[in-house]
Amino acid sequence: MATVCFYFQVHQPYRLRNFSIFDTCNNDSVNTRDYFNDASDTAHNNQKVMQKVARKSYLPTNQALLDLLETHPEFRVSFSFSGVVLEQFAEFAPEVLESFQALVATGQVEVLSETYHHSLAFFYDRDEFRSQVEEHGNLVYDLFGITPRVFRNTELAYNNELGKWADDHGYAGVLAEGWDPVLEWRSPNFLYQPPGVKNTRLLLKNYKLSDDIAFRFSDKKWKGWPLTAEKFTDWINDHNADRDTSGKLINLFIDYETFGEHQWEDTGIFDFLRSLPGVLLRHPDNNFMTPSEVIENHDVHDEVDIPNTITWADSERDLSAWLGNEMQQSAVKSLYELGPAVEKTNDSNIMRDWKRLQTSDHLYYMCTKWSADGDVHAYFNPYESPYEAFVNYMNILGDLRERCTQESTFQKQSTLEPVEA
Amino acid sequence: MFGWEFPPHNSGGLGVACQGIARALVRAGHDLHFVLPRSYNIPEQNISFVFADTERETFKITPISSTIYSPYTTSKEYTEAVSKGKITTGPYGNTLMAEVMRYGQQAGAIAKESDPDVIHAHDWLSVPAAIAAKRATGKPLVLHIHATEYDRTGGNGVNEEVYELERAGIKAADKVLAVSDFTRQILVKHYGLDPEKSGVAHNGIDSERKEKLPKVLQDIRNRGGKIVLFLGRITIQKGPDYLMEAARRLLEIRDDTYFVIAGSGDMHDQLVEQAAALGIADKVFFPGFVRGKKIDQLYQSADLFVMPSISEPFGITPLEALMNETPVLISKQSGVSEVLDHALTADFWDTEKMANQMNAVLEHPALYTELSRNGNREVHNISWDDTAVSIGNTYDAVV
Repeated sequence: MATVCFYFQVHQPYRLRNFSIFDTCNNDSVNTRDYFNDASDTAHNNQKVMQKVARKSYLPTNQALLDLLETHPEFRVSFSFSGVVLEQFAEFAPEVLESFQALVATGQVEVLSETYHHSLAFFYDRDEFRSQVEEHGNLVYDLFGITPRVFRNTELAYNNELGKWADDHGYAGVLAEGWDPVLEWRSPNFLYQPPGVKNTRLLLKNYKLSDDIAFRFSDKKWKGWPLTAEKFTDWINDHNADRDTSGKLINLFIDYETFGEHQWEDTGIFDFLRSLPGVLLRHPDNNFMTPSEVIENHDVHDEVDIPNTITWADSERDLSAWLGNEMQQSAVKSLYELGPAVEKTNDSNIMRDWKRLQTSDHLYYMCTKWSADGDVHAYFNPYESPYEAFVNYMNILGDLRERCTQESTFQKQSTLEPVEA
Repeated sequence: MFGWEFPPHNSGGLGVACQGIARALVRAGHDLHFVLPRSYNIPEQNISFVFADTERETFKITPISSTIYSPYTTSKEYTEAVSKGKITTGPYGNTLMAEVMRYGQQAGAIAKESDPDVIHAHDWLSVPAAIAAKRATGKPLVLHIHATEYDRTGGNGVNEEVYELERAGIKAADKVLAVSDFTRQILVKHYGLDPEKSGVAHNGIDSERKEKLPKVLQDIRNRGGKIVLFLGRITIQKGPDYLMEAARRLLEIRDDTYFVIAGSGDMHDQLVEQAAALGIADKVFFPGFVRGKKIDQLYQSADLFVMPSISEPFGITPLEALMNETPVLISKQSGVSEVLDHALTADFWDTEKMANQMNAVLEHPALYTELSRNGNREVHNISWDDTAVSIGNTYDAVV
């Protein structure tokens, strides 16, 4: 009995507008600062990017999934939405939000937990991390009427500590990358658990089959090209054979923008998606489950010890795409050092901006590892170079620091000289 | 190969490029005869030089100011310099154009003696020589364009004679190699170059050694001050006036920065006046034309090298700066931006962005470190040997 577990990541950052050091000197607009609103024709313009992705990816893919969920009552998928993408749906593309709500309303769709701001806060500020997870949970409940039970961290960044944290906070499971050097002799196609926990289970991505869809689907030099639903189903069916001992749980964890953006419509990705569930279900031993259903129906096979952080990114599968160079290290350090000053201002705009600056994409744009993964890095990237990304980010962070200083000076003055009522 | 100047007797990038190309072609096994208009004492082991002055075995060169006698001097300036006695013309013509033509007259005979498979000539100064050599031998001509009159003048006040020579060379050539795609497109657009017979051979770079810094710059650094370097001809093409404007903007927000504007050129006096008028004269040094080790000293003293050129066919100085581990900010209107990923870039006219980026490099050590380290690594992969491969392929295509 082979189980296919689909999980889709849905996220768009609030990209920063071009912000010069000279904008900081412009004190007139200090109270109406907007780092995220760019009306230009570039990829800095969040509204424009969102509407493009909605048209090319979210809306057509949601329609395809809705049809599939109706046609096949056994079909299941799961999503996690960053809080910032949900905000941008509401702001720029409400019809997208409605179509996701329609999907969730089928009862065949699970929504997972993550940080509201798609941040790396887990590694820098545990209180901030918890507050973002809570904020995210509240928004998901408000929009979908669901309280998430399974956690996935930004970019699937995972280590034992996160497994422990999820267990302590009552999560049924956590998602992680099924990376061979960590798994050693183990297969990703079983349900696992982190070492020393009570209830939390670990679902590991089958990166080979996931990336066949996400990255290689349109690669004409790949020996699997062209990928059809029949061919992909054959690969899944292999796991049903008795001689196969590599496990019968296939976790396909994929960026949702794969459909229509990373793989354009003319590659045939939508035809593939529309036919896959039906073809998979032709084999009586195949089924679909959400992560929670997997946890209820599959036995724990073993513990997996993952002391060092792994992610689903690049050939290194670590955090080096976000924290690998000195610019990234310096930016993230400055960002979290500003936390206490931000807190002290008690100003909701300053707080919101600081949180949005935590979105990991800002650090990703500063990545200088140019390798086979360069194409992935370039997608949706508004900057001409990682250096420009750093310059812009640090200008804005410096401006935010300046606002914190001004705000606290203002507060001090206010206490000293109370204004007459 | 017909050139015009060769280090150490060079005034700028053309001589450096010819040296790099010549050495790499010899390394790649080409039998190279390098022709120069007059005899120099050139300490170069593996290249056979041919000099086009008639008494070449016995003639002793009197050193002349190479800033005047240079491929970048306009014809008008050359004539003026001759009339003021700054240049001794000897048996040559007393205009730059006459000198170019005289070079051309010798070239046919030289080419016949040399019996080449391919004739390779650099820039308009060698065009009459190249055409004569082609006529005398019937061998294919590769014209290599490092700079155009269009770049030198920013498109305004083009010298018709020079422009016509460039056009004639491009027409006569069997293949035209441009130093960048940026320049290739200028040639196609403004010179009617047939894209079919065009190619690109990017420049390379040779390694540099650590040098001791000049005292005045070392003192600034010891005080925690920052140094931004411009090195090149001080002419309209190189955009130094835009850098001055960017400097003014930068100094509004930080006063720890000093600007070194190294080089000479017809905008020198104007630039000194501009610095004074902008109220930043005490922050700007003009050390004049520098050569040899001093160039590396300047690169190594700087926290940032800026090349704000308005129209730069290639621009080898940013590669030299990176060889010296100095980060670079280059204008987008440059060929070198086609081969460098690890550089800051701005449009030459966008002085606010330039100031913004200069500030970031001086403010954030992490940015300085990454630009310096990655740029240095990148520039080590840009070599004249790659240039020689592109040129060799072009030879194969025309023979």
